[in-house]
Amino acid sequence: MIELQNVQKSFDGGMSYAVAEISFKVERGELLGLIGESGSGKTTTLKMINRLEEPNQGQILVNGRNVQDRNPEQLRRNIGYIFQGIGLFPHYSVAQNVAAVPTLLGWDPDRILSRCRDTLELVGLDYADYAERRPDQLSGGQQQRIGVARALAAEPEIMLMDEPFGALDPITRAELQEEFKRIQKNLDLTVIMVTHDMTEALLMADRIAVMKDGEVLQIGTPSELLNNPTHEYVKKLVEMPRRRAEHLERLMHSS
Amino acid sequence: MNENLREQLLLLPEYFQGHLALTLIALTLGIAISIPLGIWATQSPALKRPLLITVSIIQTVPSIAILALVVALLGGQIGLLPAIVALVLYCMLPIVRNTVTGLETIAPDVLEAARGIGMSPRQILTRVRLPLALPVIIAGIRTAAVWTVGLATLSTLVGATSFGNYIFTGLQTRNLVAVTVGSVAAAVMAVALDSIIGGIQWLTENRSQEASSQQFKRARLAVLFGIVAGFSLAAYSLLPKPSADFVIGGKPFTEQYILAGLLAAELQNAGFSVDQRLGLGTDILYEATANGSVDAYVEYSGTIWSNRMRETENPGKEVVLEAAANFLEENDGMVSIGPLGFQNLYTLAMRRDRAEELGIETIDDLLPVARTLIAAGDLEFFGRLEWISLRDTYNIDFAEKLTFSPTLMYAAIDERQVDLIAGYTTDGRIAAYDLKTIEDSRNAILPYDSMLLSSATAAQNPEFMSTLSALVNKISDNAMREANRLVDVDGRSVSDAVAYLQSIIRP
Ligand SMILES: Nc1ncnc2c1ncn2[C@@H]1O[C@H](COP(=O)(O)OP(=O)(O)OP(=O)(O)O)[C@@H](O)[C@H]1O
Ligand SMILES: [Mg+2]
Repeated sequence: MIELQNVQKSFDGGMSYAVAEISFKVERGELLGLIGESGSGKTTTLKMINRLEEPNQGQILVNGRNVQDRNPEQLRRNIGYIFQGIGLFPHYSVAQNVAAVPTLLGWDPDRILSRCRDTLELVGLDYADYAERRPDQLSGGQQQRIGVARALAAEPEIMLMDEPFGALDPITRAELQEEFKRIQKNLDLTVIMVTHDMTEALLMADRIAVMKDGEVLQIGTPSELLNNPTHEYVKKLVEMPRRRAEHLERLMHSS
Repeated sequence: MNENLREQLLLLPEYFQGHLALTLIALTLGIAISIPLGIWATQSPALKRPLLITVSIIQTVPSIAILALVVALLGGQIGLLPAIVALVLYCMLPIVRNTVTGLETIAPDVLEAARGIGMSPRQILTRVRLPLALPVIIAGIRTAAVWTVGLATLSTLVGATSFGNYIFTGLQTRNLVAVTVGSVAAAVMAVALDSIIGGIQWLTENRSQEASSQQFKRARLAVLFGIVAGFSLAAYSLLPKPSADFVIGGKPFTEQYILAGLLAAELQNAGFSVDQRLGLGTDILYEATANGSVDAYVEYSGTIWSNRMRETENPGKEVVLEAAANFLEENDGMVSIGPLGFQNLYTLAMRRDRAEELGIETIDDLLPVARTLIAAGDLEFFGRLEWISLRDTYNIDFAEKLTFSPTLMYAAIDERQVDLIAGYTTDGRIAAYDLKTIEDSRNAILPYDSMLLSSATAAQNPEFMSTLSALVNKISDNAMREANRLVDVDGRSVSDAVAYLQSIIRP
């Protein structure tokens, strides 16, 4: 469970707010989609949850505990994070990248090895083929999948994902979205997923928060957003997938 | 094989070991100091700029000056220690700078990921930043290594053995073979060291995926062999060798190489083992003898009189000689064994035929005709106290006063383009061109009598003293000039000149 209470963040001493007093709660096992235009504060919001940034004001609770009371390194090792820039370690092999957090947590080598295999299979990469490669020997989409595998490797209960499927081709992307949704349900993961893609948010999220200029405009289930957008901006966001869906519908029935 | 080349190659093992030990010790210490400093600088911005500026400034100080300063700071100590300190100071810049650059140019998204998955600052440093910066750091070490090999040649000037012994001795005694052997050897060592460090770099860059490949294994073996061989050779050369009974010192010019060779040969004949520290600066040599690192060398009375005692008067040969001997005994605990007999000072000289034609023996004889004569001096003579004293004592001046480089000056008088020159009394070319030296009967020019000095400890050995005392007053101006001529003009070796002097001393 993740809860934000009146959280504020300014990078310029209060002249402007990257995140302006937001509050929301993500229940255990829930997947929250975080959507908004560039610069609206999505990444900043995620980073405050695992203390990569500190809020100027407000409180953040993870599983009921204020993150301020926790050792930041311990906190981060228990939260899977998929970075917007992927950030694989270029001097590590794929296997070492995936094993990074379990290694920090001091797992024993056998357990790390078998977990590495499982996680790589989970994101659709063959261990034997990929384990010894370096990140620069992978395509952008493969790197992104390693990023997902690294975040999942230590079996976290909470995942923060910053545009996790951005660099994938549509088919792989759809596959991985479904695969991840399945994993999330099975493991009862609590997830915040940042995305620019409203369709992705509508299909995967239990609830969606729409951000603009550091504020959460509306938060609700996909159908609430589709049927009762409270802001012009939210309406515009859901308009496009709705029109496409209707268009596809017509095409399918016309044949 | 050419005799000279053979003689030079015989010295190679000793010089090679000395050079290698200097380079490896300095480089290892340089790395051990510079990398932590670089890391520290990236952690505390307040330190970074001052540190980078300091190491850059050290770099801009001429290397010879650094050596001299280090010797002074270490209280006049010569040998391995000051050379290593200076080399370490010098090799810091590229390593510190590359460490800082390497650590600071790591992709921000990688650093964010390292923090984001829960690495501590220390783990980020050791597991991410240092490994990623390593290629840049190693590139800095390669630069430092090549510099160090080159600069180590200068260590000869503070009495540490290196390939510089070839170069400085060769330059002074016009032995081009020696200069070439020294330069080539240093170049080969620089290339070899660079390849080994390049090999380490290649290994670190390819470590994960190629660890099993044949090429990787061969490269690793080669690099390991290079490292082990280098360090064991260096370590071997540092093993306490049976230390010589006495150490002979010398300054960097032909006469001094010959005299050091003579002292060494005489002591060896008496059954002592002897080391030579050649090509040392005057002050360094004086201090080294005062503190016992050098046991004997030949100094000149005028040098002590003006450089050490800071006297400006010229009370004449005998007074200066005695005052200099007293001074070094009372102030610095050294012992003056006695004068060797020759003087090394500026003297006016003419072609013998011209001198006879004008009937000139002494400077007084010159006075009536001086204003019709053209004089030549080396680049500094007419600005020196010697000339001013000469001019004022005799009230003498010439029609023209020209300055030349020494080589051209001798050619000019030989071809009668000038009438007289100011040369050194013991310069071999005075003998070679058959010039007549003109006597300074009024003692206008400060006397530079050669004096045999010894350290306080060596002076307590009666056999040492009796061996060297046998040389007192045995070498005339003519004999020294002839010995210098053998080397400087005829291109013979220093040992030939030593043999010549021995034949004069014991006919
Ligand atoms: N470290 C920082 N220093 C200063 N300003 C920052 C910093 N990080 C983010 N900002 C600013 O905060 C605002 C929100 O940034 P944030 O990265 O959260 O946006 P985002 O919603 O993730 O955008 P995108 O979709 O482009 O990734 C932006 O205006 C950005 O310029
Ligand atoms: Mg972002």
